[in-house]
Amino acid sequence: MRTIHLLAGLALAGVAAGAWAQKNATEAAIDEYRAMLADGNPAELTEAKGEDLWQQKRGPKNASLEACDLGKGPGVVKGAFVELPRYFADTGKVQDLETRLVTCMERLQGFNGAEILKTPWGKGEKVNVDALATYVAGQSRGMAIRVPQDKPMEREYYEVGRRLFFTRGGTHDFSCATCHGQDGKRIRLQDLPNLTKNPGDNSGFPAWPAYRVSTGDVWTMQHRLNDCFRQQRFPEPNYGADALTALSVYLGVNANGAKSTAPALKR
Amino acid sequence: MKKIAWILAPAALAAVAIAGCAALPAGGGADLDRETQQMLLTGFHDQGIAKMDRITDVDDGVKACNAADVAGKPLDDATARRIEETNLKAVKWPSDGRFLGDWKKGEAIAQSGRGQTWTDDAKSPAGGNCYNCHQISRQEISFGTLGPSLYNYGKLRGVTDPDSAASKPIVEYTWGKIWNAKAYNACSNMPRSGHMGNLNEQQVRDLMALLLDPQSPVNH
Repeated sequence: MRTIHLLAGLALAGVAAGAWAQKNATEAAIDEYRAMLADGNPAELTEAKGEDLWQQKRGPKNASLEACDLGKGPGVVKGAFVELPRYFADTGKVQDLETRLVTCMERLQGFNGAEILKTPWGKGEKVNVDALATYVAGQSRGMAIRVPQDKPMEREYYEVGRRLFFTRGGTHDFSCATCHGQDGKRIRLQDLPNLTKNPGDNSGFPAWPAYRVSTGDVWTMQHRLNDCFRQQRFPEPNYGADALTALSVYLGVNANGAKSTAPALKR
Repeated sequence: MKKIAWILAPAALAAVAIAGCAALPAGGGADLDRETQQMLLTGFHDQGIAKMDRITDVDDGVKACNAADVAGKPLDDATARRIEETNLKAVKWPSDGRFLGDWKKGEAIAQSGRGQTWTDDAKSPAGGNCYNCHQISRQEISFGTLGPSLYNYGKLRGVTDPDSAASKPIVEYTWGKIWNAKAYNACSNMPRSGHMGNLNEQQVRDLMALLLDPQSPVNH
């Protein structure tokens, strides 16, 4: 009711105001829906599944992941998410949460990591990586992002990620920055976070993995980036590619200081 | 240790591992640029209609804009003019001299954000993506703000008869802008809809009518 009055009241104020009111009405409805779900974000089911998978003895080696080192020592889950991606001496690589989980599944449980990387979304062990990532992220809920830049390779990945962010290409000449390089812009009615600034807003990097209302499932950061590149009209990124890790370092370092909301609830 | 040969071959895995405990590449920006290109080449694959040439066959103007963004400085004037001239020369003007089509069809094209992704079919016509970034007609309130408002586009520019001699400059500019936005702004965020083959000549005509036809809801 209030919305109708609001819209009527603003009708003379012109189109821009009308759009603002409409956006507000839409936003209000979505906010209300989110509030209803807040105590029961469906991502919590995925978190619980991930926790179970973390503790379960699985794979050819019949081992759990409880000895997995996510950067803060074997078995330390709390606080690991907000410090990823980071450099790992045992692989000699900068790894994000998902590629690190695949390394642990390979080394501790005997799964074929390369095979997991090639598995389509929503299938086989890839689904379990999604659940594990959601669980690990949830263990850092509310903590400030602090993606490290201590190691030279971490700084190098930031610089490469920054370059990738500004790489236009494809049929539409789009780069990440085309949509995410300015404050206060939107596509249709969808607000676009500016991902080039620190501390940045926590609707970007610190929100993923997230449950997406529009698709009805949990998307990890790799999945989110994959669909960004689809909309950018690029060819498809390889799951676990260094390019995606480098981009995540750039986004993560820019988000440093913002509070993690993952696993968040997204439109 | 700082003089790591910054090889970007498969053997580079070893070099990269060493880099984990070394300084940033001695060559600085150029090496990072090469590493970025290498990660693009090894990190993506053909999917559906979206092939690797979309990131390997990028023209020099686009490359110059990317480099300027990374440097955090706008292009120098001479380079910008050169890119704009090259793009302007590439504009394909309407083959039959007709600039305006049907604004109703134009509205549908402006609404559609489909086309050219790896989940799109090569045979289905692409949309213009216009409302994603621009306000256009007054009726559509779900519009993006990356581009300027185009509401009253023709009216504000005094176009009462698009066929008149007085309207010719703005009609031609508008065609050129839709066909190849970088003919007028070297690093424009706007896609080059005709130039890159996203929209065909008739679709551009219909969009032209949406913006310039006095009967279009954009102008009244």
